[in-house]
Amino acid sequence: MQRSIILPVATRFLMPLMLVFSIFLLLRGHNEVGGGFVGGLVAASALMLYAISTSPSALWRLLPLDPRFIAGIGLLISLFSGFIPLFYEKPFMTGIWIETPLPVLGKIGTPTLFDLGVYVLVIGVVVWILLEFAEDE
Amino acid sequence: MTALSITILAGFLIAILAPFLTRLMKHRAAFVLALYPLAVVIQLLALQRDTLTAPSIQFPWVPSMGLWMTFTLDGLGFLMAMLIAGIGTLVILYGGEYLRDDPHLERFFLWVIIFMASMLGVVTSGNALVLFVFWELTSISSFFLIGYKFEYESARAAAWQALLVTGAGGLAMLAGLVLLGQITGSFEINQWMQNPNLVQESALAPAAFILILLSAMTKSAQFPFHFWLPNAMEAPTPVSAYLHSATMVKAGVYLLARLFPVLGGLALWNQVVPWVGLLTLVGGAMLALGQTDLKKLLAYTTVSSLGGMVFLLGLGTPLAVKSAMLFLLAHALYKGTLFLVAGGVDHSAGSRDIRKLGKLAKLMPFTTLAAGLAALSMAGIPPLIGFISKEYVYESTYYYSNLPYILTGLAVLANVANVAVAGWVGIRPFWQQPEQKDEDLHPHKESVWLWIPPLVLAITGLFMGVFIQGAAQTWVAASTSAVLQEITKVKFSLWHGITPMLLLSIFTLIIGIVVYLTSRTLIPRLAACWKKLSSVGPNIFYSRSMRAFLSVAGWQTKILQSGYLRYYIITIIVTTVTLAVITLATRYGNLPNPQWTQPRFYDVIFIVIIIISALLVTRAESRLATITLLGAIGFSIAILFLLYSAPDLAMVQFAVETLTVILFVLVIYQLPKYTKTNYPIHANALNIIVSVAGGIMMAGLMLLTSAIPSNSTLAPYFMENSLPLAKGHNVVNVILVDFRGLDTLGEITVLMIAAIGVFALLGLKKGSKGGGNS
Repeated sequence: MQRSIILPVATRFLMPLMLVFSIFLLLRGHNEVGGGFVGGLVAASALMLYAISTSPSALWRLLPLDPRFIAGIGLLISLFSGFIPLFYEKPFMTGIWIETPLPVLGKIGTPTLFDLGVYVLVIGVVVWILLEFAEDE
Repeated sequence: MTALSITILAGFLIAILAPFLTRLMKHRAAFVLALYPLAVVIQLLALQRDTLTAPSIQFPWVPSMGLWMTFTLDGLGFLMAMLIAGIGTLVILYGGEYLRDDPHLERFFLWVIIFMASMLGVVTSGNALVLFVFWELTSISSFFLIGYKFEYESARAAAWQALLVTGAGGLAMLAGLVLLGQITGSFEINQWMQNPNLVQESALAPAAFILILLSAMTKSAQFPFHFWLPNAMEAPTPVSAYLHSATMVKAGVYLLARLFPVLGGLALWNQVVPWVGLLTLVGGAMLALGQTDLKKLLAYTTVSSLGGMVFLLGLGTPLAVKSAMLFLLAHALYKGTLFLVAGGVDHSAGSRDIRKLGKLAKLMPFTTLAAGLAALSMAGIPPLIGFISKEYVYESTYYYSNLPYILTGLAVLANVANVAVAGWVGIRPFWQQPEQKDEDLHPHKESVWLWIPPLVLAITGLFMGVFIQGAAQTWVAASTSAVLQEITKVKFSLWHGITPMLLLSIFTLIIGIVVYLTSRTLIPRLAACWKKLSSVGPNIFYSRSMRAFLSVAGWQTKILQSGYLRYYIITIIVTTVTLAVITLATRYGNLPNPQWTQPRFYDVIFIVIIIISALLVTRAESRLATITLLGAIGFSIAILFLLYSAPDLAMVQFAVETLTVILFVLVIYQLPKYTKTNYPIHANALNIIVSVAGGIMMAGLMLLTSAIPSNSTLAPYFMENSLPLAKGHNVVNVILVDFRGLDTLGEITVLMIAAIGVFALLGLKKGSKGGGNS
C-alpha cells in the first residue's frame, strides 16, 4: 500500500508539540483544567500517532523503556509520594508542599508527585495495551 | 524500643534488596543478610527490661480514625523475638549453603526475610490490627516458601493448602479482633488487658473467643486443621526448620498466650482449649509413629508439641503457663536442630528415608553430635533443657485439679512417641546399619555451613539446660509474668530429688526405647493403620470441599459468562433498570417534578448529531462506519460537557475517544471479515426494548437528580477547602490527587492490573504463534 507522506511529516512536528502540551496539562492541573490523567492520555496519543505514522516497532525503538516498566514506575512514583509524609510524622498521603513556588514548575508538593505518577502510569498502560494490539505489516 | 522497631521494619526494605545482593554475591549474600536478624538479637539483648512494664512506641497510622501503629516488647514478645531472630540468623547462613546452586536462591532470601520481619512484627505489635496485618504477611510468605519448588505439582498444592487453611483462620481472627474492638472501643491490646472484665462480661465474648481460637488452631496446626503442616514439608528444609517448626506455627500459641489475660477468664477457655491441645498432642504423636521420612517424623511430632503448648495454656494455672513457656523455648531449640540435621543428611546422603540411612557418624561427625544432643533433649534426658521442660509438663498435669491421672497418662503416651522419634531421627541414621540397602545412595562429607547452625542450636540447648537458672529462667519468668499479668517467680533446677515426675520420666524413657527398638515391625503396621483412617481424615475433607467449590465455580461461570458481548450488555442493562425501578417504586411515593430548562440552539445541534449517529450505527454496513459513528457520538458528548462547564470531563472524554478510535482501528486488522448478521425478529425486538428501557431509565434518573435539591455538604466543603487545605484552585483535580487520593491510587492499581490482564490474554494468543513484541 502506498503510504501517505503527509502524516509522517506532520507527526514530526505534532508529536513534540503534543508531548510538551501533555506536560503543560500535567503541571497546570492543580489550578486550571488539566491533570495527570488527561496529560497521560494526550502523551499516549502523541506516541500512538508516531506508531501509526511510521510503525509500531519504530515506537518500540523510540521508547527508552518497555511500556510495562513505564507503567510500573508510574505506580511506584504515586505510591512513593504517599510515603513521603511519613518522614514528617504525618499520616500516609498527607499533602506536603514546598512553600516557595519554583520557577516554571510552580508550587510543588507530594500531590504533584502523585499526579506525575498517574501521568507516567497512564502513558505506560495505554501504550502497552495499544501496542499489544498493533502488529507490524 | 524505637530503634528496635525501626530495625524490624527495615527488614522489608532489606528483603527487597536481597535479590539484587544475591545476584552480586551468589550464596555468599547469606553472610551479609544474616546481619539483619543478628542486629535484632543484639538490640533485644541490649534492652533492659523489667518483668512487667513493657516499653512501647506509637507511630501515627490513621490518627483521624484512632489507628496507631503500636509496638511493644514484653517478656512474651521478647522470648518469641529472641527465637525468631536467633534461629533466623542460623537459618539464613544454613539456607545459603543448602540452596547454594539453586537458581531461585534470591527468592528464598527475599521471602525468608519478609517472613522474619513480619513474624517479628507479630510478636511486637501492641495494636490488634497491626498484629493482623503482620499475621497475614507470615501466611503469605509461608505460601511462597512452601511453593519454592514451584515446578512440582505437590509443592504448589501444599502451598495452596497452607494458604487456604491459615488464610481462613486469619479471616476468623480479623472477625474476632473486630468483635473485641467493638466490646472495648479500642484496638490497643494493652487496653484490653487492663479491662478484662469488660470483655468477659460481654455477650459477644464467646463468639470472639471461638473465632480467635479458630485462627490459632489453623496457624498452629491443631486438630482437625493439622493436615497442612506435614504437607508443608514440601518446602526446602531450612524453611521447614524455621517457619514450620521453630517460629510461624508457634504464632497460634503466641496469640493464645497474648490474649490469655483478656480471654483466659472465660469459662469456655478451660472447657475447650485443653481438649483441643490434648487431642493434637496425642494424635500428632501417634501419627508420627507411622512415618519413615525424617521430615514427616519431625512434622508430626511438631504438631504434637504444638498441641502440648496449647493444652498447657488451656489449663491456665501458673504452673502450666510456666511449663508452656519453657516448652516453647526447649522445643524450638531441639526441633530446629533436628530439622537442620535432617536437611544436612538429605544433602549428604541423598535420602530422608530412615530405613535407608545408617552409619553416617564417620562421614558427618559434627552433624552427628548436633543430632545426638538434640535427640537427647527431645527424649528428655538430663542435663538438656528438654528434660527440665518435660518434668514441668508432668508436674502441670499431675497437680491439676481435674482428672490429673488421665492427663498425665496421655502426656506420658505422647512423650514415649517423642523418645522413639528422637532416636529414629537423631541416633539411628548415624550409628546403626541401614535396614534396607540402597545402591544408589553415595553419602558424601558434610559441608561446614550445614553443621555449624544445628550445632550452635544444639549446644545452646545443652547450655540452657546445664545453666537453667541463667537465661532460660529469666526469659521464662519474664514471659510467664507477661501472660499472667503479674510478676511470677520462676525457679528451675535440674535435680528435684526423687519425685513422681522423675519416676514418670524414667518410665517414659524405658517404654520409649522399647518402641524405638521395635521400629521394624511397628512402623509398617501403624502406617497401614493410619492409611486406612486417612480416608475419613480432614485431608480428604479438604480435597473434597475444594473439588465441590471448584465445580460450583465452574457451574456458575458457565451460566454467567456466555462469552458474547451482547449478552453481557443486556444483563447489565436489565439488572440496572430493574434495580433502579424497584428502588424508585418502593422508596419514593411522589417524585418531584423535573425542571426543564430551555435548550440552547447549539445544544440541539449536537443532540441531533448524537441521535442520528446512534440510529445510523444500527444500520451500519462496515466496521469502519460503526467506529466513525460511535466516535461522532463520543465527541458530541464531549462538546456537551464543555458547553455545560465541565472542561475536565470534556478533555478526558476527547482524549479517551481519540484513543478508543485508534484501538478499534488496530483491532479491526485482526478481526475476520465483517458479515452482517440478520437477527431473527424476536431478538431484534428484545434488543430494542432493552436499549430503550436503558435510555429511558438514564434520562429519568438525570431529570430526577436535577429536580431534587442537593443537600450535600460535600460540594461546598470541597469548594471552600480546596485552596486552604490542598493549595489548588482546580477542585476536580484536588479531589482526585489529594482529598480522595487513596481512591485514585486504588484506581490506577486496577488500571495496571487490567493492562496485565490484557497482556496475558493476548500473550496466550501470541504464544502459539511464537514470540511477542519485545
